[in-house]
Amino acid sequence: MSAGLGDWSFFVEHRAEILGATLEHVELVLISMLIAMLIAVPLGMFIVQRPALRAVSIGIANVFQTIPSLALFGFLIPIPFIGGIGKRTAIVALVLYALLPILRNTYVGLSGIDPSVLEAAEAMGMTSAQILFRVRFPLALSIILAGIRTATIITIGIATIGAAIGAGGLGTFIFRGVALVSDSLILAGAIPAALLALIADFLLGLLERRLRVA
Amino acid sequence: MLRLINAMLLPSQGQVLVEGRATAEWDPIRLRRGIGYVIQEAGLFPHFTVAENVALVPSLEKWERGRTEARVAELLRLVGLEPGEFEGRRPRELSGGQRQRVGVARALAADPPILLMDEPFGALDPVTRAELQREFRALAQRLGKTIVFVTHDLREALMLASRIVLLETGRIVAVAPPQEFLQLKHPEVRAFAASLETHPGVTE
Repeated sequence: MSAGLGDWSFFVEHRAEILGATLEHVELVLISMLIAMLIAVPLGMFIVQRPALRAVSIGIANVFQTIPSLALFGFLIPIPFIGGIGKRTAIVALVLYALLPILRNTYVGLSGIDPSVLEAAEAMGMTSAQILFRVRFPLALSIILAGIRTATIITIGIATIGAAIGAGGLGTFIFRGVALVSDSLILAGAIPAALLALIADFLLGLLERRLRVA
Repeated sequence: MLRLINAMLLPSQGQVLVEGRATAEWDPIRLRRGIGYVIQEAGLFPHFTVAENVALVPSLEKWERGRTEARVAELLRLVGLEPGEFEGRRPRELSGGQRQRVGVARALAADPPILLMDEPFGALDPVTRAELQREFRALAQRLGKTIVFVTHDLREALMLASRIVLLETGRIVAVAPPQEFLQLKHPEVRAFAASLETHPGVTE
C-alpha cells in the first residue's frame, strides 16, 4: 500500500488529469442517459395500452440488467457496428443497463393513474393522445424521473468499467490503481465517481419533488 | 348505462339514440363534448387548478381566453364557490363536497344539453350530501337540461327526479314520476319502498 487515506498530494498533483477524466465520465453518462431516455420513455408510453408488449419489453430490459457488466462489455466488443474498443461500445452497454429502471417507472407511472381521473378525461371527450400527454404523462412525471434518477446513479457506477474496453473516464484510474496496487490511483477514480453519483442523486431528487403532484 | 349514452360502451345489440342518432354513428369525441359527466369521486385532474379543471372542455374546444375565464367564474358562482378564493386551488386543497361542486361545474362548462351523473353525491357525508342535493335540485330546474342521474338512494331519486326508472339486473322494471312511484305494485319497488319506511325521519 503506497499511500494512506490522508495523502492528498496525489490529487493535487494530478488534478488536471482527474478533472479531464471526470468530464469524460460525465460525457459518457450524459450521452448514455439521453439515449436511454429517448428509447425507454416513448417505449413505456407505447406499452401502457399493450399488455403483450409490456411483458416482452420489460422482460428483455430485465435480462440486460442480469448480465454482469464486465461480461456485457466483453460480449459487445466483437459485434459489428455497435462493438469494438472505445466509447461507442461503452455507451451501448450503459444504455442497455439504464433502460430497465426508466422503462419500468415510465410504465408504472403511466398505468398508476387514478381510474376516476381517466374515466372523467375520456367522458369529457379527450382523445387518447390528449389523455396521454395532458393527463397521464404530467401525473407520471415524478415517477418517471425517479426511474431516471436510479438509472443515472447506476450508470455513473457502471461507466467506470467502461475503462476496461478503452472508453476512458474515471475507471481509467481505478483499473490502473488495481494493476499497480495503488490506493491513491483507485481513490482518484472512485472518489470523483462517488461525488458525481451523490450530486446527480441530489439534483434529480430536487427536481423529482418539484414535479410531484398531490 | 351512462357509458352507453356517451359511447364509452357500444351496445352489443340494439342501439342507443342521442338526439335521434345512434351512438355508434356519432363521432365519440364530438358526442362526449356535448354531454356533461359527473362521477362519484369527481375525477378532477390533480395537476390542474380548479379553474383549469372547469375550463377543460372549453380549452379542448379552443375557446378564446376571455370567454373561458368569464365562463369559469360564472360556473364557480353557480355551484356556490367564490371564484377569487377557489380558482387557483388544487383539488387536494378542497373538501369532498367542494370537489364534487367543481365536478358539476366542469360538466356544465361548455353548456352541454345533456348531463350524466353517476352517484355524484354517493361518497359525501350525509350533511354535505343533503346540502348538495337541495342546491342541485334548484340548479337542475333552472338549467332545463336532460339529466340522467344514477343512484341507489331512493330518497335522492324521489327528491331530484321528474321520472324514476328502476333497473333490476339490467332490465327496466318500473318507470314513474316520483309521486306515483311509491304506489307501484312491482315487488322490487315494494322492497325499495319498505326500505324507506324502516328508516325514521324520511319525511323531510
